[in-house]
Amino acid sequence: MTIAQVMEILNARLYTPDADLSRQVHTACGSDMMSDVLAYVKDQAVLLTGLNNPQVVRTAEMMDMVCIVFVRGKQPQPPIPEMAAARDMAVLSTDLPMFAACGRLYEQGLRGGEMP
Amino acid sequence: MSEPIRLQYTVPGDDFARAGEASADLKSTLKRLGLPAAAVRRIAIALYEGEINLAIHAGGGQIDVSIDDDAVEMVLSDQGPGIPDIELAMSEGFSTASAQVRSLGFGAGMGLPNMKRYTDEFAIRSTVGLGTTITMRVKVS
Repeated sequence: MTIAQVMEILNARLYTPDADLSRQVHTACGSDMMSDVLAYVKDQAVLLTGLNNPQVVRTAEMMDMVCIVFVRGKQPQPPIPEMAAARDMAVLSTDLPMFAACGRLYEQGLRGGEMP
Repeated sequence: MSEPIRLQYTVPGDDFARAGEASADLKSTLKRLGLPAAAVRRIAIALYEGEINLAIHAGGGQIDVSIDDDAVEMVLSDQGPGIPDIELAMSEGFSTASAQVRSLGFGAGMGLPNMKRYTDEFAIRSTVGLGTTITMRVKVS
């Protein structure tokens, strides 16, 4: 699945206009707790979260994630979009709540990561 | 590489916004040195968890990194409150983090377990009232 498809499935807005939307994502993870996110190894993953602070970008950076989706209509706080763009990540926001957003992506074939 | 490369970082206490800068710097350094991507990721995650702990629990601390041909070693030391029961602190889901820290996305009780999970060697020494030293080693060859 590409980031462009994630955007379409979640009817999401893009906050990093220069992001490469043709990049592939293979797995996804949804959590507001960053240590839960860090517990699972993912490959070219998308992170869905309701947490809105720069540590979300830091966490995604350590995990080599390529896309962050803010759920429940949250608009990413500055400097999140700038930080993410500098690390070649896409930042999206969807009005869907966490469960529905994860469900839609799962339904379209995206899966979770594994414990190392 | 013959001589080990040594790096040192100071992590400020109670400056949550800056936590992660050392881990991000080490990650880009290791990438530049051409270390395997999977090992770099494990090192970055383990150090990031440690860095967050230094910032939120210990009032800051120091990170000493040594990179040689076989492994990357990270020593995190602080003069914080110490850990009274290390076994309990190592169990998944246990946390003493404040509600404020939890609202920032940390304090799920996964930090220390994650650090152990992602490293090949993990040792923790702590004295209540004096501080904590954590040594982690990840093989890279």
